[in-house]
Amino acid sequence: MQGCFGSNGDITYLDWLLSAWGWTLSVSFCALAVALIVGALMGILRTVPHKGLVFLGNAWTELFRNIPLLVQIFLWYHVVPALVPPLREVPSFVLVVLGLGFFTSARVAEQVRAGIQSLPKGQRYAGLALGLTLPQTYRYVLLPMAMRIVIPPLTSESMNIIKNSSVAFAVSIAEMTMFAMQAQEETSRGIEIYLAVTGLYFVSAFAVNRVALVIEKKLRVPGMVGAH
Amino acid sequence: MSQTRFAFTTRRTALALAVFSAVLGTAAQAETTDTLKKIKDSGTITLGVRESSGALAYTLGNGKYVGFHTEMAERVAQDIRKKLGMSSITVKYQPVTSQNRIPLVQNGTVDLECGSTTNNRAREKDVAFAVTTYVEEVRIAVKANSGINSIKDLAGKTVATTTGTTSVQTLRKHERATGLDFKELYGKDHADSFLLLESGRADAFVMDGQILAGNISKSKNPKDFKIVGEVLSVEPIACMLRKDDPAFKTAVDDSIKAMMKNGELAKLYDKWFMQPIPPANVAVGLPMSQATKEAWAHPNDKPMEDYAAKK
Repeated sequence: MQGCFGSNGDITYLDWLLSAWGWTLSVSFCALAVALIVGALMGILRTVPHKGLVFLGNAWTELFRNIPLLVQIFLWYHVVPALVPPLREVPSFVLVVLGLGFFTSARVAEQVRAGIQSLPKGQRYAGLALGLTLPQTYRYVLLPMAMRIVIPPLTSESMNIIKNSSVAFAVSIAEMTMFAMQAQEETSRGIEIYLAVTGLYFVSAFAVNRVALVIEKKLRVPGMVGAH
Repeated sequence: MSQTRFAFTTRRTALALAVFSAVLGTAAQAETTDTLKKIKDSGTITLGVRESSGALAYTLGNGKYVGFHTEMAERVAQDIRKKLGMSSITVKYQPVTSQNRIPLVQNGTVDLECGSTTNNRAREKDVAFAVTTYVEEVRIAVKANSGINSIKDLAGKTVATTTGTTSVQTLRKHERATGLDFKELYGKDHADSFLLLESGRADAFVMDGQILAGNISKSKNPKDFKIVGEVLSVEPIACMLRKDDPAFKTAVDDSIKAMMKNGELAKLYDKWFMQPIPPANVAVGLPMSQATKEAWAHPNDKPMEDYAAKK
């Protein structure tokens, strides 16, 4: 063999590993975006004075929090499309991003709720007393502080999403876990392959950790809750 | 590394080294193996068994392992007991997976692995194989009314197969060699892959013939499915044992060859592939292939690559 990378349409295991890494990262980051947006929204809903919205937020959180991830992926891929035929045409990438994203959004919602509730009640009243509407109070008073407080637990969730993305192999996404299972069967070199895959998972999750740390430092406001 | 050098390293380094060498230890098996002596001294033989390799080897739960190859391995164990002049032998069952079977044979946890392991050149570097006892044919299962009758009909269709099997490789090679374009779907296990076919997400399921036959026989309406077209690849399946232990290999081979000759193995085949088998008491219904008959008529331990070359 000439080099580590294939040419003219040939694929080496290294090419394949890097492509698998790409799939892992794509699934993870798309799911992370879904999780942060939906999770923040649901978390906020759980703290508003409206009972119906609180119920919606709670129901969402408990539903996605209490079913194992692999079962959820199976439901999204096999069961829901059987009941709703148009969903059969949806690519499995989209389904797994939604599945993983919603699962994680329940955890994010819990943390965002905790973050908002950790603020002194007086802040909310102060905002309203100033004549701000409820959305304005959230936008300018509560969320800027609550979101800073929840950065550390959100970092953990972001790292978890990279690790949990390994379930995507169950719905035909050619990500790293699938690569590991397949390549070790073909080459009988399981130890080497799993070492490489383990290394890449570690690098990916650790990179997220470092980036989050930088964000946390940049956003820190001296004297505020949670700042040191 | 000598004992004195170890004394200079800190305990933590020693621990790290121990873990590291445990990981890589399988690659460096220094001492020569004498499995027969080990069996005689310990009075025990450890069989590597599978939990779900179709009728070849599977579990009924509660630590009970059955199947064509599992029962054959039990008979080999009894033949070895006789050969060694032992009055009794304890047969231990160690479930193995595709991922751990080779390391477990290499490091001595398992003495003889009879499941669904394909004999190929890559594996021959790490382990030895007994004579081939089953020749697996990779085939295509489709819905009976699909109109698919050969590999050519797969153009533009969706084909399912199972992650972590050699069928994936076969499929990829075929796609590249024939220029046929089809979409691939990967089930995480055979049940998932079959569900893809059953639910219509996939038009075909490419897999070992006996797994296809088994899944079809267990489905709600077996008549809805059929196995079609040419054989995509041929893979010799054999029991796996440690490398460089000719005495043990001869003992295993002799036992299997005797069973091939006196018709015992044919009886076992009939029992596991043609008659109803537990737990569902449904027959797989897969008559012995020409390739398997050939392998029994001329016992050999040729790897998969030799079969491919013959075509």
